[in-house]
Amino acid sequence: MGITLQTTRKVDAQGDGQLLLELDNIHTYYGKIHALKGISLKVNKGEIVTLIGSNGAGKSTTLRTISGLLRPREGEVRLDGKNMANVPPHSIVEAGIGHVPEGRGVFPGLTVLENLEMGAYLLRNHSELERRLENVFSLFPRLLERMQQKGGTLSGGEQQMLAIGRGLMQQPSVLLLDEPSMGLAPLLVEEIFNIIDRLNKEQGTTILLVEQNAQAALQVAHRAYVLEVGQISMSGLAADLLHDPRVSEAYLGL
Amino acid sequence: MTNPIDAGGAAAVSTMPASAPLRVRRTNPIKEILRPLGQLLIFVLGSSIVMALITVALALILRPTRDDMDMLQITLILLPQVLIDGLVLGFMYATIALGYTMVYGVLEFINFAHGEIFMFGAFAGVELLLWIERTNGLDVGNLAAYGLIIVAIIVGMVISGLLAITTERLAYRPLRGAPRLIPLISAIGVSFFLQDMMRFMQSAINGDFYRTFPDFGPFGKRITLFSMPLDDRTIDIAIQVKSLIIIIVAIIMLVGLNYLVNATRLGKAIRSVAQDQRTSSLMGINVNRIIALTFLIGGALGGAAGVLFAFKFTRADPYMGFLPGLKAFTAAVLGGIGNITGAMLGGIVLGLLESFAAAYLSIFTNGAMGAEYKDILAFAILILILVFRPSGLLGSKTTQKA
Repeated sequence: MGITLQTTRKVDAQGDGQLLLELDNIHTYYGKIHALKGISLKVNKGEIVTLIGSNGAGKSTTLRTISGLLRPREGEVRLDGKNMANVPPHSIVEAGIGHVPEGRGVFPGLTVLENLEMGAYLLRNHSELERRLENVFSLFPRLLERMQQKGGTLSGGEQQMLAIGRGLMQQPSVLLLDEPSMGLAPLLVEEIFNIIDRLNKEQGTTILLVEQNAQAALQVAHRAYVLEVGQISMSGLAADLLHDPRVSEAYLGL
Repeated sequence: MTNPIDAGGAAAVSTMPASAPLRVRRTNPIKEILRPLGQLLIFVLGSSIVMALITVALALILRPTRDDMDMLQITLILLPQVLIDGLVLGFMYATIALGYTMVYGVLEFINFAHGEIFMFGAFAGVELLLWIERTNGLDVGNLAAYGLIIVAIIVGMVISGLLAITTERLAYRPLRGAPRLIPLISAIGVSFFLQDMMRFMQSAINGDFYRTFPDFGPFGKRITLFSMPLDDRTIDIAIQVKSLIIIIVAIIMLVGLNYLVNATRLGKAIRSVAQDQRTSSLMGINVNRIIALTFLIGGALGGAAGVLFAFKFTRADPYMGFLPGLKAFTAAVLGGIGNITGAMLGGIVLGLLESFAAAYLSIFTNGAMGAEYKDILAFAILILILVFRPSGLLGSKTTQKA
C-alpha cells in the first residue's frame, strides 16, 4: 500500500508559512442532511495538506464547498483573507482556487488539447497559454502524444493526468485534488503521487489533497486532517499521523 | 517510448527536459468554414440524388398504371423544380432546427416556444419594412432593396434573440433543477402566451392579426437556370430571386454558427457546458451566461428564419410558428438532436421529403391523394427512419471510457 516517493521529502513546508486558505466553522447541508458540522482548517502557502477519512466522512463535500459547487449554510471560506462563501464557482476559480473533481470531469467530447485549453479559459494571453501548455506537457508527456484524441477515449490514468493537467492550466494559488488515485492501478497511483510531490517541490504549488489512500497521502503531505462524519477528529503533521496508532488502526489497515 | 510509470526511473522523472519539444497543432480556422460548407454540399447532393432516384424508380414501377400521360417524363420534368423548392424549404427548416438542437445540447431541454420566437422574428422584419413603406415608401433601387432585406433579417434576429434570452431568464431558469417535465410545460405555456400576445397586439393596433410582407424590389423575378424540351414546348427550370436569397442567407447562418461553435472561445465554452456544467463552472465559465448566450444565438437564427419564411410566403401571422417549429424540431431529431451538423442534414432531408411528397403524391396515386397529404407521407418516412436509427441520422452514442 505504501508508495516510494522519488524525491526526498521534508517535514516542513517550504513556503513562508503564510496562511492562504482557511475554512472557519463550515456547515454544509445536502437538503436536510447535515454533511459538514463545523469544519475548520488551514492551508499555508507552499504546503500539501491532506484530508483523509472514510467514505461519506465529507471529504469531497469539503472541497465542493471550497470551490463554490456547494454553499455553506454557516461559516466562512477565506482565500487570502477574503470570504469566498456564496461567491459563484466561476468567480472562485478566478480568485485562484483550482478544483480537480472526483471522477476527473474530463470533457469526453473535447480533444485533450481543448480540455487543457478549457483549464486556461480565463486566460487571454496567448504566449502565457503556450507556456502553461508546455509545462503540462513536460509533466505529462503522454498527454502530448494524445493531444488530438477526444478526452472520452483516454484510459483512466490518462484521464486523471488530463484532469490534473487541466487544473494546472489555471495556475491556481491552491489546487484542490479530489481522490486523484481512485480507480487506478498501483503503478499509476505511484506515478500520480510522485507528480503531486513534484508539483509541490519543483513548482511550489499549494495543494489540498483528499484521499482514500491514507498512507500514500500522509507520505506526500506536510500536514493532515482526519475527517469523521462531518467533523475533524484529528490534525497534525502528516509524519506524526502516519505513525499514530489511532490513524493506522482506522485508516491504514495495519 | 520510455515508460513513464517505470517506478525505478527516479532520475528520469527529475531530469525531464524543462521544455519538451512542443508540437501544438491547432485546427486551421479556414478549415472550420470549409468543412461545414463541404458537409452542406454533400448533404444537398446526397439527399437530392437519393430522393430523385427513389422517385424515378417509383415512376418506372407505376408507369403502367396511367395511360393518360407518360409518368416517367412528367416525373423527370418536375424533378429540378421540386428539388429547388425542397432545398429552399430545407434550408429554412435547418436554420430553425439549429435553435432546438443548440438549446437541447446545453440543457437537454426542448424549447417548445422556439416556433413563437421564430414568429416574433418574422413580425419584427415585416413591421420594420411596413414602417419604412409608410414613411419613405419602398420604391427603391435594387441594391437598396437587397439592403433592406438584410436589415429586416438583422432586426428579426435581434428581436428574436432578445426574446429568447428573456424567456430563458423568466420562464426556464427559475425551473432549473426541477423535474424535466416542468420546464417543458413552461415552454408550452410560453408558446401559447407569445402567440396570443402577438395576436392581441396586432389586433389592437392593426385591426387584423396577420401582416402581409410588402411587395418590393426584384425578388419575385425568376432566374431561368435551364430549359427542357417537352414535346413541342420547352419548360423553363427557374429559381426565384427570393429563394436564392433564402438559400444564401441560410448557408451563411449555418456556416457562421459552425465556425462560432467549433473555432471560437465562446464555442468551446458552449461545447463544454453541453458536456458537463459542473466541471465547466470549475473552469471559470459562467454557466448561466453561456446558457443565456446559447438561447440568444438559437433565437437569432430562428428570427432570421422567421423573416425568410415571411419573405417567401409573403405573410406573418401569430400561428405561423407552430407547424414550421414542429417540423424543424422533427428535423433536429431526425438529424440527431444536440448535433449541429445533424440539424442541417435533418432540415434538408425534411424539406426535400415535403417538396417531393407535395409534387408527386397526386401523380403517383392517380389523384387519390393530393399535395395536402404531404405531411403524412413526410412524417411516415421520418418515423420509419427513426425506427431504424433511434438516435437520428448523425446521432451517436457518446463513446466514453470509465
